[in-house]
Amino acid sequence: MKLVYFIEIQMKVLVAVKRVVDYKVQIRVKSDNSGVETQNVKMSVNPPDENAIEEAVKLKEQGIATETIAISIGEEKCQDVLRTSMAMGIDRSILVKSQNSLEPLAVAKTLKKIIEKEKPDLVLMGKQAIDDDSNQTGQILSALLNWPQGCFISSLKIEDKKVFISREVDEGIEKLETSLPAVLTCDLRLNTPRFASLPNIMKAKKKPLEAIEIETLDIDIEPKIKTLKVIDPPTRKAGVMVKDVKELVQKLKNEAKVI
Amino acid sequence: MAVLVIAEHDNQVLKTSTLNTITAAQKINNEVHLIILGKDIQTLSDTSKSIHLLSKVLKCDNEKLENFLPEILAPIIAKTALSYSHVIAPASTFGKNLLPRISALLDTTQVSDIIGIENENTFIRPIYAGNAISHVQTNQEINLLTIRPSSFEKCENSGGEATLEEIPFIDSEAKTHFVSKEVSKSDRPELGSARIVVSGGRGLENSDNFKLLYDLADKLNAAVGASRAAVDSGYIGNEYQVGQTGKMVAPELYIAVGISGAIQHLAGMKESKVIVAINKDLEAPIFNVADYGLSSDLFQAIPEIIKELDLLNQIDS
Repeated sequence: MKLVYFIEIQMKVLVAVKRVVDYKVQIRVKSDNSGVETQNVKMSVNPPDENAIEEAVKLKEQGIATETIAISIGEEKCQDVLRTSMAMGIDRSILVKSQNSLEPLAVAKTLKKIIEKEKPDLVLMGKQAIDDDSNQTGQILSALLNWPQGCFISSLKIEDKKVFISREVDEGIEKLETSLPAVLTCDLRLNTPRFASLPNIMKAKKKPLEAIEIETLDIDIEPKIKTLKVIDPPTRKAGVMVKDVKELVQKLKNEAKVI
Repeated sequence: MAVLVIAEHDNQVLKTSTLNTITAAQKINNEVHLIILGKDIQTLSDTSKSIHLLSKVLKCDNEKLENFLPEILAPIIAKTALSYSHVIAPASTFGKNLLPRISALLDTTQVSDIIGIENENTFIRPIYAGNAISHVQTNQEINLLTIRPSSFEKCENSGGEATLEEIPFIDSEAKTHFVSKEVSKSDRPELGSARIVVSGGRGLENSDNFKLLYDLADKLNAAVGASRAAVDSGYIGNEYQVGQTGKMVAPELYIAVGISGAIQHLAGMKESKVIVAINKDLEAPIFNVADYGLSSDLFQAIPEIIKELDLLNQIDS
């Protein structure tokens, strides 16, 4: 008799989510030039991280992923972006509590510790955070884990553990094929993140959220870069309105001398 | 110790961003070396020896380097980096993809997207889409930096007499395979380094209307750019996007057509020397950064501008 074994294939997706000043807020530099004001300012999920959440939820809906987990690192308040992630459809969350803001290298080391425990098959995150605009964490994490790296992706297809991605690069689109486990960073055109419905927001409140103190992970989180000062950018002098095309072209030629 | 610049190229010629990066490296130390990794790059390496102010070219030539997969490039550069104080790459998608991997291998923190260099360990970089400017200091054994190409002049491509040194290829077991690259072919100047950029937004309404912009761009020998809204709507490819998550440009003349001017777009173009905004909405924030504003229907204004430019050319000739 031939035995047929049904093995349930597990595919866990971990999504890293950062809590940042909402993209619509006009930020203010602190008067002592130590940084940017983040108190009493609307905070949200970092926009490309929303694309990462959406992609993870889609993979689960398509039956490719079996479990989705969101992780955020930072103060207690980061719970709100994790609740948002779960309202969008993520199954459960992990908050790594840290009082200090971490550099990308420390973030990646923290994620690596959690990944060693959770053993996801795929890690997704936004390609950059819109606060410090570093664009580093995914690449660093992929190197620390020695996993394949796919950055700035605008499409993802997974078939039989094979991963096909399109990357948005300066010259156009680059297509790569790789395998799981992998670290992928998402571009804004990967998908359109869904809005969380009210019932799903209510449901998200009951989903599991585990909190871990960063000190228990035993990693070096000491900053290696010192911020000397943060200042306002130089403002552009207000220009003039021209009355018609003729005047515009004359000014560009004779005044600005650029054509 | 010398400064190492990572060359961005296509196995045949250097990208302009490499020349901008060499200028930035010069501000840190007079001794600048260039590392070129690729496939069949003998000619490229030989011609690179004549770059002004360059003292050494390091070359690693192997067929596995053809498509610049960071998993393969990073270990080779990381090993070479051990004899340098700084390793610099352009903050292009090439540099952004590669340098953080090296930072992981060397356990150092990278400073991204530098627009100014005060001294060998103090750097200026924009944060929050350029709405704040941060001055940072790093004093690590090896300092990894990406610089914004549009913030540094390109160095001269001739006059130098660098030596050439071959470095060994280190094989990494990469699980990633290159499939293809869709490169948009155009005779227009490169967006990142063009003297004039003509950019279109949602106001263009569809991809056919972008032809208007192409005509204007060709008249001015300009590159074409776009806002995120125009790219998201499928009017034009992602490689044309200017802004926080796209390309950073600083041309002599930037003409924004039908672009409202969200802060994310302004982040990518407000360092331009002269900005022109054409928009029928007088309230559009783009007018706040424009040197010359024209409140007009772009579908009338653009053909008129082309006509005026033709007239000018006739007078000049």
